[in-house]
Amino acid sequence: MPSATLLGQALISGVLAGGMYGLLALGLSLSWGLLRLVNLSHFALAFLAAYLTYEMGTTYHIDPWWSVLVIVPAMFVIGLLQHWVFDRFKVNELASLLITFSFAVILEVAIQLYWTADYRRFETHYSTLSIKVGAFYIPVLELILCLVAGVLAWGTWLWLRKTYVGKALRASAEDAEIAAAYGVDHKKLAYLLSGLGAAYAGVAGTFIALIATLAPAQIWAWLGVVFAVVIIGRLGNPLGALFAGMLIGASESIAMAVLSPAWAPVVSFSVLIVLLLWDPDWS
Amino acid sequence: MTGAQKLSGNLPKLAAALGIVVFAVLPTAGLPAFYDSFFYLIFFWISLATSWALLSGFAGYFSLGHAAFFGVGMYTTATLTTKADVPFLATIPAAAALGALLGVGIGAVVFRMKRLRGELFALLTLAVTFVIATIILNTPIDGGAGVFMSAVPMPHLLPTQTGSIYLLGFLMCVATLGIAWWVAHSRLGMGLFAIHDDEDVAEAKGVPTFRYKLIAFALSAGIAGAVGGIHAMYVGFLTVAGTFELTVPLYVVLMSVLGGARHWFGPAVGATVITALLYAFISGGEAMVGRAVVALVLILAILWLPDGAVPSVKAWLRKRRGPAEEKHRAPVIPVVPEQARPAGTRTILQVRGATKRFGGLQALAGVDLDVREGEILGLVGPNGSGKTTLINVISGFYPLTAGSVAVDGAEIGHLPAHEIAQLGVARTYQIPRPFVNMTVLDNVALAATFGGPSRSQAEIRAEALHWIGFTGLAGKEEALPAELNLHERKFLELARALAARPKLLLLDEVLSGLNPAEVDNAIRLVRAIRAQGTTIVFVEHLMRAMVELSDRVAVLNEGKLFALGAPNEIMRDPAVVSIYLGKAYAA
Repeated sequence: MPSATLLGQALISGVLAGGMYGLLALGLSLSWGLLRLVNLSHFALAFLAAYLTYEMGTTYHIDPWWSVLVIVPAMFVIGLLQHWVFDRFKVNELASLLITFSFAVILEVAIQLYWTADYRRFETHYSTLSIKVGAFYIPVLELILCLVAGVLAWGTWLWLRKTYVGKALRASAEDAEIAAAYGVDHKKLAYLLSGLGAAYAGVAGTFIALIATLAPAQIWAWLGVVFAVVIIGRLGNPLGALFAGMLIGASESIAMAVLSPAWAPVVSFSVLIVLLLWDPDWS
Repeated sequence: MTGAQKLSGNLPKLAAALGIVVFAVLPTAGLPAFYDSFFYLIFFWISLATSWALLSGFAGYFSLGHAAFFGVGMYTTATLTTKADVPFLATIPAAAALGALLGVGIGAVVFRMKRLRGELFALLTLAVTFVIATIILNTPIDGGAGVFMSAVPMPHLLPTQTGSIYLLGFLMCVATLGIAWWVAHSRLGMGLFAIHDDEDVAEAKGVPTFRYKLIAFALSAGIAGAVGGIHAMYVGFLTVAGTFELTVPLYVVLMSVLGGARHWFGPAVGATVITALLYAFISGGEAMVGRAVVALVLILAILWLPDGAVPSVKAWLRKRRGPAEEKHRAPVIPVVPEQARPAGTRTILQVRGATKRFGGLQALAGVDLDVREGEILGLVGPNGSGKTTLINVISGFYPLTAGSVAVDGAEIGHLPAHEIAQLGVARTYQIPRPFVNMTVLDNVALAATFGGPSRSQAEIRAEALHWIGFTGLAGKEEALPAELNLHERKFLELARALAARPKLLLLDEVLSGLNPAEVDNAIRLVRAIRAQGTTIVFVEHLMRAMVELSDRVAVLNEGKLFALGAPNEIMRDPAVVSIYLGKAYAA
C-alpha cells in the first residue's frame, strides 16, 4: 500500500488531470444532450487547435494566450459549418456518430500529413511550474486549466438554467416540434450551441498543446474515457461533465498508484457499465 | 415457366456455385502468395462485417464492441494453441463458443433494459471492449508481451501455408454468408427486422424479442470469435493494442453501412470495396491518404445513400422495371353484410382486480370485467380514466401491479406480450405504429407468422393478402407505410391485428381522425370482423360508433369500472353523463 502522501498527491494530480476530461466532455455533452448529435470529431478539433497553438508558438513565437484569441473563433466557425451539414441532411444520432468519426479520421490524416506522425512537444518556460502546498505539488498549468474549465462549465450551466436561451434549448431537446410551435427558433440556437461546442474544443486544444505531447494518433486516446465522463455526468449537464471528469481522473490516478498504471482504463468503463446497468435512465 | 426463364431464375445460384468452386481452388493455381493474402483479407472483412450486421444491421442494435468478440476469439486460439498444445483447427469452435458466450452474457443483462438501445448500447459495448482488453493485457493471457503463434503447426489443408489460411478464411466467409442468407429469409430474420423498426410492437405481434436478440447476438459474436481464431494464425503475433483497436468496430460499421446493413449481402459488398480500396492505397504507399478517402466515402454514403448500396440498387432496379411486375395482388373482398350472431354466454376475457400503478399514479384501481365470446364491448371513459392502460395491461405491454387477467380460461396477467399474442390476443394502436421499413404485405405477413397458428410460407402470404383485401388496402401490397395516408394506416393496423386470427381483438381508437365516410366504412369492417366470430373490445370517443357497434358498454372512471350495460341505457345514465360533462349537465 502506498503512503498517505503518495495517495494524496495521486488524488490531487488525478483531480487536476480530470479537469481536462471535464473540459473535453463539456462540448460533447452539450451537443449530445441538447442537439442529439454525437460528435466524435470533437477530439480531432481539439487536437487541431493544439497543433495550431504549437505551430504559432514555435514557428511564429506567438504566445498561446494570444493565439487562443484566433483559434477559438476559428473553431466556432468550424462548428457552424459542421452543423450546416447536419441540418441540411437531417442527420440522426447514429449517422452523426459515423459522419463525425469519418471527419475526425480526415482531420487526423491532414494533421499527420502536415505535422508528420512524430511526437511534438511545445516547451514554454512555465510548462513545468508548480506550487508546493505542504507535502504536495500542484502543477500551475493544470490548475489554470481546471479554473478555466470550471468557469466555462459554471457559466454554461447558469446560461442554460437561468436564461431564455437555455430554457429554449432544453425544451427543444425534449421535443423540437412542440418547442418550435411555442416560438423557439431551434435552428439558430442549434447553430450557436454547435459553434460553442467546437469553441470549447479550441480551448481544450490550447491546454493540450501546453500540457501534453502531441501525436496524431493521440486523438483517439481520450475518446473512451471522455465518453464515459459525458454519460456519468449526465447528457447536457455542463457541471455534471466537469465533476464526472474530476471524479474519473481521481479514481484513475488512485488506481494507478494502488494497482498498476495498466489498470487505469478499467476504472472509467467499470464505473460507466455499473452505472448504466444500475440505473438505465441515468443519462 | 420456359426453359430460358428457368435458367435466368437459377442464374444467381449457378454463379454463386461457380464462384465458390473457383475461389476454393484458386490457391492451387500457382498465383503469387500476394493474392492469397489479398483475398484472405477480403474474406476476413466480409465475415466480420456480415457477422456485425446480423445483430446491428438486422435488429438495429448498433454495436461498437465487435472487437471484443473478435479479440476473445483471437486470444482463445492463441492461448489454447501455445499454452495447451491444442491443435489449431480444434481451437476455432472454442473461439466461436467463447465469443458467443460473451455476447449472450452481455445480452442477457443489457437486453432486459429498454433504455439501453441506440447510442447507449453502442457505447456500452465499446466500454466492454476496453475492459476486456485491459483484463487480457494485465493477466497471463497476454501479460503485455504479446503472443507469438509462429511455433504453432498449421495443418496442411493445401500445399502452402498461405493457401491453407486462405482456404479457412474462404470457408468461414461462405459459412457466414450462408448463415446471413438463412437468417434474412427465416422467421428469425423477419422478427429481427421488426425489432429494428419497433421493438414493442414486434413483441405485441408475437415476436419473442428477448430470445431473438440473444440468438442474433450469439450468432454475431460467435462468428466474430471464429473469425478471430483464424485471424490469430494469419497475423502470427498478437498484441492487445493491435487486436482491440478501434479500427475493427469502425471498419465493420463502415462496410456494412456502405453496402447496406439490413441486407444479408450488403456488408459483403461494402467489405470488398473498402478492403480493395485500402489495399490499393497501402500498396501505393499512401496508406494515410487511403484512410482519409475511405472516411470521405463513408460521409458521402451516409448523406446520399443512407440505406446502403445494395438496397438502393435494388430499389432503383424495381423502379426501372416499373409496376409491370406485381408479384402479389390482394383480391378485393367485399365486406360481408352483418349476420347478427348473438353473443355467446361463455366468458372469453376475465379481468379480476386489475391494478396498475406508475409510481404514485394509480392508473387502474382494481377493475373487474367479463367479456363474453363473440360480443363487441365498448370501453369509454373520460381522458385518463385508464382505458388505454387496460388495453396495455391485457396485451401485456405493461405488467400488472396486482390482479389477474385470463383469456379463454388461461391466466395471462404475468406472461410476456409475445406469448399473450400467441394465445390469440391482438391489438391496434391509437397512433398507427407500422414497421416502417417493411412493405404493407410484410407488415401483415409478420403478424400472421408470429401471432397466428403455424403455417407454411404460402399460406401465410395468402392469409396476409386476404386481410389486405378485406381492409381495402388491395393495390398497396408493396407500398411502404410512409406512402399510406392516415386512414390507410389505421386499416393497416387492423389488417395486422386480423392476420393473427385473434380470439380477442383490442381496438384502441381506430376511428379517431377519420372523416364521416371513413368512419362508416370502418364500422362496417368491425361488424364483419365480429361476424367471423372474433370478440372485440374497443376504446372509442365517438359516441355514434359506440352506440351503433357495441353490445355492451363499460365505463371506466379514475381507474375503476363505473358502469356496465346496454349502450342506450348507459348513455342516458345521469351518473355517466356527469363524469363526462360535470354535474350541471346530469339533470
